[in-house]
Amino acid sequence: MGDFTLLQVQGVWVWFGGLLALRGVDLEVRPGEILALIGPNGAGKTTLVNVVNGVYRPQRGRVRLEGRDITGLPPHRAAELGIARTFQNVTLFRGMTVLENVMLGRHVHMRTGVLSGGVYWGWGEREELAHRAQVERILDFLEITHIRKTPAGALPYGLRKRVDLARALASEPKILLLDEPLTGMNAEEKEDMARFILDVNEEWGTTILLIDHDMGVVMDISHRVVVLDHGEKIAEGLPREIQKDARVIRAYLGEQVAAEVRA
Amino acid sequence: MTAVATERTATGAPPETAELTLPQMLVRNARVRSQKPAIREKEFGIWQTYTWADAERNVRAFALGLRGLGFARGDKLAVIGDNRPQLYWAMLAAQALGGVAVPVYQDSIAAEVQYVVDHSESVVVVAEDQEQVDKILERRQELPRVRYVVYEDPRGLRNYQDPSLLSFQQVQELGRQWEAQDPDLFYREIERGSPGDVAIINYTSGTTGAPKGAMLTHRALVATARNFLAAVPMDERDEIMAYLPMAWIGDSLFSVAIALTTGLTVNCPEHVASVRSDTREIAPTVTFAPPRIWENILSQTQVRLEDAGWLARGLTHWFVQRAMESERARLTGQALPWWDRVLRGIGEWLVFGPLRDRLGLSRIRHALTGGAAIAPEVLLFFRGIGVNLKQLYGLTECCAGGTVQRDGEVKLETVGKPLPAVEIRISEDGEILIRSEGLMEGYYKNPEATAQALRDGWLHTGDAGFFDTDGQLVVIDRAKDVSRLSDGSVFAPQYVENKLKFSPYIKEAVTFGHGLPYVAALLNVDYEVVGHWAEKQGIAYAGYPDLSQNERVYELVAREVERVNRQLDPPLRVKRFVILHKELDPDDAEITRTRKLRRRFIAEKYKGIVEALYDGQRPEVTVRATVTFEDGRTGEVERALRIHTLF
Repeated sequence: MGDFTLLQVQGVWVWFGGLLALRGVDLEVRPGEILALIGPNGAGKTTLVNVVNGVYRPQRGRVRLEGRDITGLPPHRAAELGIARTFQNVTLFRGMTVLENVMLGRHVHMRTGVLSGGVYWGWGEREELAHRAQVERILDFLEITHIRKTPAGALPYGLRKRVDLARALASEPKILLLDEPLTGMNAEEKEDMARFILDVNEEWGTTILLIDHDMGVVMDISHRVVVLDHGEKIAEGLPREIQKDARVIRAYLGEQVAAEVRA
Repeated sequence: MTAVATERTATGAPPETAELTLPQMLVRNARVRSQKPAIREKEFGIWQTYTWADAERNVRAFALGLRGLGFARGDKLAVIGDNRPQLYWAMLAAQALGGVAVPVYQDSIAAEVQYVVDHSESVVVVAEDQEQVDKILERRQELPRVRYVVYEDPRGLRNYQDPSLLSFQQVQELGRQWEAQDPDLFYREIERGSPGDVAIINYTSGTTGAPKGAMLTHRALVATARNFLAAVPMDERDEIMAYLPMAWIGDSLFSVAIALTTGLTVNCPEHVASVRSDTREIAPTVTFAPPRIWENILSQTQVRLEDAGWLARGLTHWFVQRAMESERARLTGQALPWWDRVLRGIGEWLVFGPLRDRLGLSRIRHALTGGAAIAPEVLLFFRGIGVNLKQLYGLTECCAGGTVQRDGEVKLETVGKPLPAVEIRISEDGEILIRSEGLMEGYYKNPEATAQALRDGWLHTGDAGFFDTDGQLVVIDRAKDVSRLSDGSVFAPQYVENKLKFSPYIKEAVTFGHGLPYVAALLNVDYEVVGHWAEKQGIAYAGYPDLSQNERVYELVAREVERVNRQLDPPLRVKRFVILHKELDPDDAEITRTRKLRRRFIAEKYKGIVEALYDGQRPEVTVRATVTFEDGRTGEVERALRIHTLF
């Protein structure tokens, strides 16, 4: 892993009118790791992700990808530079098939213009086939080949989440931002998804920033954990350290329980 | 067509293959039809084709790799997984070295896998993926004979430390090194093989007791393939789908023995869930599946039709109904009016052709069913829409080669005439006996069971039957299942159950009546079909147990049972039934992996319910049931089940 930082968030402040969402948050993601970003609801986790991929521009602070300042670059530029994300509320084109949805994820790599793509001959055709082959590898990897031709809207929630992950992976990102990938799933689906996240990280070497409030699974699969509360970073460390951290327990369970845990 | 193409003659098998072993036929195919497709697998959305030359190359590398790992003549190699080219190659590789292949049901739980691997004394297990590897590694301590576990799909296995774990490619790589040193070694090993060697041990998922391993020689498999081809001609242009369990004898016969004998192409679907759409892409020319598959295709068709527009639905119903009626008349030898042909022509164009295409049956020449009795309505449906569905009869113990219906001789209640070179006679007490070259050598390490099954060269099938006036065999039922009600009426449970199962809403039925005053049934509803129905009716339910006990589901099923009752003689009508709160499951040992009822086990397990069914007017019964969860743990549930009384 080394000391090299893939993604660097430095002193980021975000406020919406009078509401302070992030207060000077620092974050470093190292290449090849799974970094979990946890915290109670409203801690600012999704806001931070939105800053990283350019949906929000922070009022103060910088975001760097491989040392390059990307603060405030619009989301499509961030995507081209290698930042992909999945969404808390899955956003797939419901009327399009799984395959078409995932192909869209490769859009950032497509060079064909409207004309040559429309004619679908020569370069346009070759490019489409090459992309399709890559997409098929992803469908196979995530075990969704059997629903390739199914409209995304017809799928149960757990599978839609997996398709969303496939779409994000299709862009071959340098870093993958997963916003609550386990929310709303039953135990079995969670276990499956956790396995896929680990597989993506270990077999494809994709760096992952994982946001969730399900402590159990997150602690199991992440290398390091950062805890946000009320827009502030209150802890950072290895999963087993975080589990014992008094401030984290207080943030999650309230002052009283924290006192009982100490006692 | 290439020069080696043969005409479709009455004897499909080339005479020179008669005394070859299966690997010898592989070598022959790699020579005479090297560039013809041997096996395809859909992967990454594309059908990947392996020619006979590719297949031989792969088997060669794997076989020499196995040899390098110390696999010797007579050793056993178990394969477990969905139908994959690599698993078929592994079987042939073991046989090339004079070893024996042991295919295992891929949905078996770890304990069952352990039993078969241990009992067969397998030294190598070739597993499709992590799921199957886990079953072996979980029982590693109890399987000391297993030296290597070879996997095909590496996903999820990167952190496994077990030193006995090897990838399929690693074994092949090792084999290629051996080949470089001794290019002829593979062929010399194959030449040492003799037709009398055991090729496959097929463990029968017995309806009683522990599985028994039927030892099938190369000669038995090849002879059966040849007998079969004489009655049902096939050649290298034929295409079959391999999607039924590799441990099922039907797959060993078709995807291995017949495929090698004829040189036809075996197609492996991408995923169990995509079998139907993959089948449609291939449009196989020959298919063999047990009745439950045909029943399943029919129910799914019915469900889909419910969602179609009124015109398509109405037309399909009308034409299919007519077609089934005229097919019934045709099969019983009645003359059909002239306008029947006109209607059939219109129906073909409007309904049957498109329907066959949707079902992947547009090119089918021979569709076969066997393994259990098929409901007449299911047979009529497929024949009515123009699918040449025929019944056959055979057991694992005779490589599935017993009888088959020839074209033009199909009847509803028979299973056809004996295959060429197969002798069948009925014993004095009505049992079907079979003698042919296709019989097993015996049950592996089970002389008592062998002595019972094989007596004086005849296989005692345990099935009751007789020959009709045309010389076609009629299988009544498992001989021991046929019984009498207390009033003396003859009661064959399967007969009633098949009628019940014809309803798309009823998935499984177990009927009782032996020595009892009336017939009663335990039913399973079809979760998919009834769930779909419930959604349309606006009935809320939480899972199968809840749905099964819904009052309106009971009403729905009662109407179906009443409809069946009208077709039955009064004493055989189902008087009371219970819809079980759980689906019968092979993991709970209630049915076999090929979905045959284990009656005595069910009767014992649901004793309380059965007693309640014969206890006057009790409206419900409380059950405590042990259920096996997917991970193999067990738990207890208690529920009240309704009992419905029909008359």
